[in-house]
Amino acid sequence: MPLAFLAVFFAWPLVAILERSLVLDGRLDLPLDVLASSSTLEVAWFTTWQAAVSTVLAVVAGLPLAWAIARFSFPGRRLAEALVLVPFVLPTVVVATAFVALLPDGIERSVWAILLAHVFFNVAVVVRLVGSYWSGLDARAWDAAATLGAGPARRFRSLTLPALAPALAAAASIVFLFCFTSFGVILILGGPRYATLETEIYNQAARAFDLRTAAALALLQLAAVALVVAVAGRLERRLGGSRSARGARAQRPGGRERAWVAVAVGGTLGLLALPPATLVERSLAVPGGHGLDHYRRLAEQTPALLVTPWHAILNSLLFATIAAGIALAVGIPAAVLAVRGAGGALDTLVMLPLGASAAMLGFGFLLAFADPPLDLRGTIWLVPIAQALVATPFVVRSLAPTLRSVDNRLREAAAVLGASPPRVRREVDLPLAARGLAVAAGLAFAIALGEFGATVFVARADWPTLPVAIFRFLGRPGAENVGQAMALCVVLMSLTAAGAIAADRVLGRGGWRS
Amino acid sequence: MIRLEGIVVELGGVRILDGVGLEAGEAETLALLGPSGSGKSTLLRVAAGLQPPAAGRVLLDGADITRVPAHRRGVGLVFQDAVLFPHRTVGDNVGFGLRVRGDAVADRRRRVSELLELVGLAGAEQRDVGTLSGGEAQRVALARALAPSPRVLLLDEPLASLDGPLRDRLRDDLHDLFAALRLTVVHVTHDVAEAFALGRRVAVLRDGRIAQTATPDELWSRPADTWVARFLGMRNLIEDDAGLRVVRPEAVHVVPGDDAVVLAVDRRGPLTVLTVRLDGAEELEAATTTLTAPRPGDRVSVEIDPDGVVDVAADPYAEREAAHGRADDADDLPLHPR
Repeated sequence: MPLAFLAVFFAWPLVAILERSLVLDGRLDLPLDVLASSSTLEVAWFTTWQAAVSTVLAVVAGLPLAWAIARFSFPGRRLAEALVLVPFVLPTVVVATAFVALLPDGIERSVWAILLAHVFFNVAVVVRLVGSYWSGLDARAWDAAATLGAGPARRFRSLTLPALAPALAAAASIVFLFCFTSFGVILILGGPRYATLETEIYNQAARAFDLRTAAALALLQLAAVALVVAVAGRLERRLGGSRSARGARAQRPGGRERAWVAVAVGGTLGLLALPPATLVERSLAVPGGHGLDHYRRLAEQTPALLVTPWHAILNSLLFATIAAGIALAVGIPAAVLAVRGAGGALDTLVMLPLGASAAMLGFGFLLAFADPPLDLRGTIWLVPIAQALVATPFVVRSLAPTLRSVDNRLREAAAVLGASPPRVRREVDLPLAARGLAVAAGLAFAIALGEFGATVFVARADWPTLPVAIFRFLGRPGAENVGQAMALCVVLMSLTAAGAIAADRVLGRGGWRS
Repeated sequence: MIRLEGIVVELGGVRILDGVGLEAGEAETLALLGPSGSGKSTLLRVAAGLQPPAAGRVLLDGADITRVPAHRRGVGLVFQDAVLFPHRTVGDNVGFGLRVRGDAVADRRRRVSELLELVGLAGAEQRDVGTLSGGEAQRVALARALAPSPRVLLLDEPLASLDGPLRDRLRDDLHDLFAALRLTVVHVTHDVAEAFALGRRVAVLRDGRIAQTATPDELWSRPADTWVARFLGMRNLIEDDAGLRVVRPEAVHVVPGDDAVVLAVDRRGPLTVLTVRLDGAEELEAATTTLTAPRPGDRVSVEIDPDGVVDVAADPYAEREAAHGRADDADDLPLHPR
């Protein structure tokens, strides 16, 4: 079942892209004219360098907090670890809008805005990956070097940095992949001047209606992403392999360290809190003070949309619920198969949408499901299906470790006591994996709710989702439209959080807590 | 009665069981003894229906159940470390099999309290399994396996993760329980003393084959070959023109004299084990109950009671193993350090 779903809704769109880019009038025709054109080269170059610079900045910005969390225990450490993840799960349109709100006029749509937004997103990746690796490093070499007279700077350069290299490389490659395939941030903050491969696919397909050029760019993007994924996968494996034994227990910071830890934690979290906080403040800003005007007007007709923003909110809730349902229906069996070890190939297949970018997926949908046998353009189904496809890998990823941690002998014990295989799943797997299931459901819902890259291709104009509505508002001039966009962003953020909490409460209830 | 015939299991291209047959009769406890890696647990999993055999049959009270899945076999299984359901109370663990079977709540409650009393944990229904000690958890696991009245009880090293007095007490309790309930039991262990204490008969498994099945007394007096003899702890192997013989340690008497030297004196509970070397000959182990044993270095003499000398067959696999460059299994047994 998961296989059939993936074959139809993932493989087919890719085939459609290949066909559109490589076949012209029934003959094989490499789109060399598109690929070698100066504008394509320009876009490819910008895509690459902005991703590289974003990566370097994100790694540098993430290191202080990674250090503090890895080396020390302090009150609120777990909270800091949780808070730093928040930007990572925020929808891209929300982050982009937050930077529109935060940055002063003039640079709010510029390369700087793009780079800062990418750093904001990816600090979490650096802190999590590097931090956990760092805490596993043996601290004795560090102490030994200190007794030999090496100062802190010297020790960091000659000991810590080389030891961290695998984690840094893994984190950098993942951040690079995210920035390379970044869509919403570039589309909103890049304005008309800056385009990456990803946004250019959208521009060509949805604005210029040049499907052949868009397909050729998608092909290029596919190859580039495959390359980055391959490199990232290698680095990740190396990270897993060279993991050292448990390092020294984290200690309370003392003396001057205390100040540095405070600066690292407070500074990082403070800076990360700034964009969302500004967003909330600006959504409440009205001429001459604060008020709920922007929110009140969400129920009114607007020239930016064919329906009221309120409808967009309802659409989003509906689509995200359906999408989360599909993602669970596909992801749960896939995770079960992956855990049984039956599905090495299936595992990879389910993970593929993670590598394929969202815009590519959306564009592929546009090409594949526009004609018979499967003409879904007129229906609303393309949106939740696309969202489910984006969310499924996360469902599998979060569920598989939970299922794997269930001792197989518990299943055997239940079987010997007379429980049939379905009964074993209900009586043993379900209660023990309930927490993981709740997390997966919440994650799927949150991802579907915030999904923008694929949705913007396939959403019907009279059925916009929240992120699409925000994008439309931002595309129109005037403070009023920006204010509405910001109000919608706050609604989106709240719904995402509410969905995650509700899933945890409902599905996680009765689950066994270790 | 459970009977296994010609069981063959291959896992990952390795033959774990190679034509094993054994039988535990009605109300009989069969101890399945063997070193780790000999295939004991795999054989038990075949009996429970958790591991399908590549060849062979499993018969329960005469009916072929080889293809019957685990949940329809009606056998009980206790793992080495309890494996209780962590999300259920003690009472719900014990009652699991009854609930799955569809017993009424009142019947279930009565049976659960009956079984908890039987294993010495009366009134523990509401306890969280996380609060149980190792020995208590194992008792709950036993009650859980017994609750649905299985036709045969399979125990996979149930005492191996317990230590000291606790282990001995549970071993005695098991012995009494099996007798009182007239249970058919297959008890897997790597511990010779445990096998002898619990098994009416003992099947010795070696590298996926049964080396010998006999009562403890027969096993001790007539080990099938030198490997079995050494696995049981007999170290006095004599090889001369007459063939291979084993001298049981209690048949070796140390007497005053001057043609042997005492190498070591080792008190093991009620017995004292002396290691002596005959001048120009082999080492022998002597077991005595004396309280005035000689000391290491003393010159002594040795008399051997002919009743304690047993002819044994050569290790049937020694040559093959030597050809493969493998050490003799008995050499790396943790039970009898040299």
